[in-house]
Formats: sequence, structure tokens, C-alpha cells
Amino acid sequence: MMKLTVVAAPHLRSKDNVRKVMIDVLIALIPASVAAVVLFGMQALLLIVVSMVSAELIELFIMRVLREKKDFKPDFSASVTGLLLALNLSLAVSWWQAVIGAVVAIGIAKHVFGGLGKNFWNPALIGRVFLLMSFPVQMTTWFKPFDLETTATPMAILKEGGGSLPSLKDMFIGTIPGSLGEVSALLLLIGFVYLVLRGRIKLLIPLSYVGSVALISWIFYTVNSSYGSPLYHILGGGLMLGALFMATDMVTSPMSPLGQLIFGTGCGFITMIIRYFGGYPEGVSFSILIMNSFVPLIDMATRPRRFGEVRGNA
Amino acid sequence: MGLLTFKGGVHPPERKELSEHRALEKTPLPEIVYVFLANHAGIPAKPLVEVGEKVLTGQKIGEAAGFISANLHSPVTGVVKEITKVYHPVLGKPDNAIVIERQGEDSWQLLEPQKPYEKFEPQEIIERIKEAGIVGLGGAMFPTNVKLTPPKEKKIDLLIINGAECEPYLTVDYRLMLEKSKELVRGIRALMKALGVTKAIIGIENNKPKAIDEMKRVSKGTGIEVATLKTKYPQGAEKQLIYAITKRIIPSGGLPMDVGVVVQNVGTAYAVYEALEEGKPLVERAVSITGEAVQEPVNVIARIGTLASELIKLAGGIREEEVDRVVFGGPMMGIAVPRVDIPIVKGTSGITVMPKEVIPPKESYPCIRCGSCFMACPMNLQPFALNLYATNRLYDKAVEIGLMDCIECGSCSYICPANIDLVKNIKLAKKVYRTLKGGKR
Repeated sequence: MMKLTVVAAPHLRSKDNVRKVMIDVLIALIPASVAAVVLFGMQALLLIVVSMVSAELIELFIMRVLREKKDFKPDFSASVTGLLLALNLSLAVSWWQAVIGAVVAIGIAKHVFGGLGKNFWNPALIGRVFLLMSFPVQMTTWFKPFDLETTATPMAILKEGGGSLPSLKDMFIGTIPGSLGEVSALLLLIGFVYLVLRGRIKLLIPLSYVGSVALISWIFYTVNSSYGSPLYHILGGGLMLGALFMATDMVTSPMSPLGQLIFGTGCGFITMIIRYFGGYPEGVSFSILIMNSFVPLIDMATRPRRFGEVRGNA
Repeated sequence: MGLLTFKGGVHPPERKELSEHRALEKTPLPEIVYVFLANHAGIPAKPLVEVGEKVLTGQKIGEAAGFISANLHSPVTGVVKEITKVYHPVLGKPDNAIVIERQGEDSWQLLEPQKPYEKFEPQEIIERIKEAGIVGLGGAMFPTNVKLTPPKEKKIDLLIINGAECEPYLTVDYRLMLEKSKELVRGIRALMKALGVTKAIIGIENNKPKAIDEMKRVSKGTGIEVATLKTKYPQGAEKQLIYAITKRIIPSGGLPMDVGVVVQNVGTAYAVYEALEEGKPLVERAVSITGEAVQEPVNVIARIGTLASELIKLAGGIREEEVDRVVFGGPMMGIAVPRVDIPIVKGTSGITVMPKEVIPPKESYPCIRCGSCFMACPMNLQPFALNLYATNRLYDKAVEIGLMDCIECGSCSYICPANIDLVKNIKLAKKVYRTLKGGKR
């Protein structure tokens, strides 16, 4: 007697799965990660490896031991978090501080809320902000690529003056001081194009994020050029890394096109407020985390019109 | 201008190459048939025969028991053996069926008179369709005569013939369009006459170029146009098909007639031709017996009530070491059955026998809010949110965001990288909600 499977339709499923999504994000971050090691040396590699490995280990521990999911296999979402955390760190951070960041990111920001898919805030950013508040000196000490002299980032120069701004070409290629993965706009864009081609990204978020930053900084720059030109605001600091890879985190961003526009624009707006008027020279992390909090509301308010739906005065 | 289509949808593998080259062939007469009283949507028919009674092929054995119901006719010449409960492939449980044992060759009892459709009055066409027990052969099995008699205030100006056949694997509508094109045109003309419309459009996906050419060739000067549709699932869903061809949008909760359209399937149009000009009630239909787990896929004309197991034999039998499941219909909306000795119904357009390698076990994950289901939904719903409400039994909330608009096409479940059974949960919620509301919508 044949044994036939009886399950609900559809009986065809796409070959896609969550692990492949995560692997694609990791692939997209390879150029920026390689650049981090080339620019900042082996300490950068150590931070990346330690952060990713500790993120996966804490996830494995939580899933297998605390949640008693004995058959849990890593889906690489923790690796993505770990890698993004490392790319947001300064070279001055010690390996054990990176471990703390990973534990906070996975253990608190992700699993306190229920694990993959359930968290409100981008785990890597929570980890980063935790480290920023706990180890403010290391987290804001920046090095020049290659010779590794301490120096100020373009954002700090714009905010506090002192020193001269690097050339736009250096900022585009990445030979400027900054966190490990934020410096090269070019390599981040290459990864971004990969995600777009693979259909793995909510495209309107980075477009509206970068677009609103460009618009706001252009207005301020037109009024008073000491605010810095739009290109410095786009290429400097964590904007590219944040807009392309952090704000687009699927779990913590809205789904509808309008929701993505609101989210991205909100991120851009808050980023510029912090950069111009806040206590920090940089506002990408906080702006994304603040907008993450609004995602449920945005989702509710921007529910798309159903095919055939009659709204309003019907 | 690009190809006609709709927003959303998915591209599952088509797999039509397995059977599309096989011409329709009549099956040998089955020894025994099981004719369900529920061989259509709506109220089951009332049996007109008793155990032991002799019946002729085409003899009426069941009478429509309400407005939305349909007549039944004996698919063979023989004796009524019993009226008993048999596993129903659509209902998924045993249901009343008239079991008829064949005795000898066909001795037909045809509908009279048989004449060219031009000689029928519109009302006579509808009467004949009703008498012949014709229902929507695309799968929904809705009585065709009911669709042809919209309320007076609904003005119909267009007949759309669904030749999209967007379900993977199935190739019966394709073969009908290639082999029975002239008869189809006459059937479509008859439907146009019954509706009093001067225009009909037949929509065909662009993965069937031969069918498009053939239908264009035979429909010259008949008022029937051929619309080439983009190959995308679910292009053949009624609302999506109407939108692709006319850009008319059926309002939520509405029907095609609300936008002046009636949609009929290719197979239905052919059945209409046969009922009018050959006097044949609906006792047989075209069925694809296909899938990688049969030896040699075929397209057949099978009598209603034939066991799937008999039909599968015509395809050389099942590759038993490879088979994973047997599906009544196509893989996207079809129903997996627990065994093969289950009879086909009027809406069975295919038996798809799928091997394990086509359906590898897929790992399940939590929803990562990627938005794929939302992008794929042809109704622009949010399947992830419906699923959340459905599984938490918040049915009223689900209805607020469009639960009842779901057309159950399964695009969301197909695309989901977390392998969540979205459409299954949504379908169940619809059912529960209907029950809670006392069967009303």
C-alpha cells in the first residue's frame, strides 16, 4: 500500500527560505567587511569573528537550552546581527566588549521579545548603543585607515570643527576614519546592489532615508554652508551602512510601500536633527531605533487598499 | 503595451511539458462509476433512481434540488448498484453517491432536439444548459445556468472565456483549444447569445502560443477576440482575469456581473456546445493525468465518477517508489487525497501525481516580516497579518483587513521563505467565521 501525503495546498513551494535570506545579507556585507580588514588590520578581523561567533553561540544556547528547542539549527540571523554589530564598532573596542555587545543584541534585544521575527528594535543597534553608553571612550575613538593614528571623523569635524574634512573621493572609497564597516560608501553600495538584484530589500526605505537626508542637508547648507554639504552628510558617518543595511532589517521595518516611505523619511529627519542639534555628532543608530518603535503604528496606518476595496464615502 | 496581467502573483514552475503534447483520448468505459449527489457547488441533487434500476448513458439520475444545484446524468449504461457514502475528493470526507455498474457498451439517452446553436432561442440555451447539468468545469463547479441568469438590474456587456489555465501541470484547456477549437467557438457563440452580448474575449496565457494562434484563426469574424495574457499565477482567477482584460475591478464582496462580465471556462464552453448540438448531458470531461510520478502523462476524456486509480493506469501507473502525493486538480489549489480509489467529479481538471523530489521537505521558521506574501497577494491583502489574526482567533479583526476577500490561490504559502501555511490558516479562519455568523457571509 502506497503511503500518500495529505496536506493542504499549495503542493508546490518556492525553494526560498529564511536561511537563504540571511546568507544573502551576509554575502552583501562581504565587500564592506573585507574593506574593514584591509583598512584597519587584523584587530578588525578579530572583532568581526568574535562578534559573529558569540552572537551565534548565545542564540544557540538560548534556543537549545532555555527554549528547549533541541532540533534548532542556526539560521544565520544571529551571524547577520553579529556582523552588523562589528561593522558598527570602532577599532578601539576590545574583543570582550564586542562579546558583551553581541550578548545584549541577541540575548536582550532579540530573545526577550520572543526571538527571530518578534523583536521591535534592530538587535545590532541595541548592542551598539549599549556599548556606546557603557564604553563611551572606546566607542568614540577613531583611527585613520592604514597608519591607525587617532583622529576625528568627518561627522565630528562638521559638528565640533577642528581639522579639515577629507576629500569626497576618500569618503566615497572609504579611506577615512570611522567605524569598521561604515567608511566605504562604494563597497556598501555594491552589497546593496546585490540585495536589490536578489530581491532581498525593502527598496523604498534606503531611498527615502538617503533622499530625506540629502534634502534636509541641502536646505541647511544653502542657508549656512557651515552645516556641511549634502554629500558629506550622505557619505560621512554611518548613514550608508544604516540606510542600506540597518534600517532595512526586515523584522523591524514596515512592509507597505507607503509605510517604508514614512519610515525612511522619519529616519532621515531624526538623523539630521541629532546631527545638527543633538549631543552626538552622529544620529543614525538612534534615529533607526526611534523609528523602529513606530513600526506597528505605521503598519496599522498604512494598510494598503485591497483589490476591489471601497473606502470612505461608500 | 505589455502583456495583460494583474498586480502580484507568483511564478511557480509550469511543468506543462509533461503532458501538453498528448492529444485528448477517450478512456475505455469504466466498469463502475460513483456519481456524487454533490457534483456541483450548492445543494446536492435529489436522486431519481433506485437500487437495481437500469440506466442509460446520459439518463437523468439526479435532479437539481434548488436554485443553486444541478442535474446529474448517468455516465454509463448499466444498473444502479447502491446509493452509499463514498470518499468525496473535494469535501474530503465520505458523501452520498449513486454507484452504477456498467453493463455492455453505451446506449445513449440524448437531450432532444439537437440542432445548431443558431436555431436555439436564448432562453432555450439556458434551459438546455440547466437540463444537461453543466457546471463550471474550471474547478468551482458553480451551476452554469445560474451564472447566465443575472438579476435584471445587472447589465452584462461582455463574456470572458477563461483559457488561462494558470495552474501548473494541467493541460486540458490547452488541448481543447487546439483540438476542439471550432466546437469551442460555437459553444462560446451560444453563451454570447444566451447572455445577449455581442462581444466575447478569450484570455490565454502566453505560454500557449499554439492555442492563441488556433483560437485567433477560428474566431475571425465571430465577435470573439483573443487576449494574450502574461504567464503568471493566478492569472485565471476570475477577478484577476477580468482586471487583466478589461481593467474593471470587482468591488469587495461582489461578483463579475457587478462589472458587467460573465466568466466561463473553456471546458464549460465545450460542454455547452455538446449539450446543444449533440444533445449530450455532462457525463464526461477532459482530465490531465500528469505529474513526474506517473509513467507517461496523458490527457483524457473521462466519464464523471471514474476512479482516479483507473485513470492513473492510463498514464502507465504510479511510480510507487517516487510518489509523495496525489492531487485532485493542479498543485496550487488542488486537493491531496489519501488514496487513489476515489472518483472524479465534474470539477476535476487533473490528477497530478507528484514525486518527493518536487516537494522537498522545507524547513519552517518564524515570520521575518519580509513582505513577500504581501507582494505576491493578487488581492493586495496582508497574508502575514491575516495569519496572525486567524491563528489567534481574532476573526473580526481579520475580516476588517479583508479575510473574506482572500481568493485562496495559495501564492502567499508558495512564496513564504519561512514556510508558514498562510493560506491554510486563512481558509480555515474563513470557514470558522462563516460558521460563527450562521452560514451567512
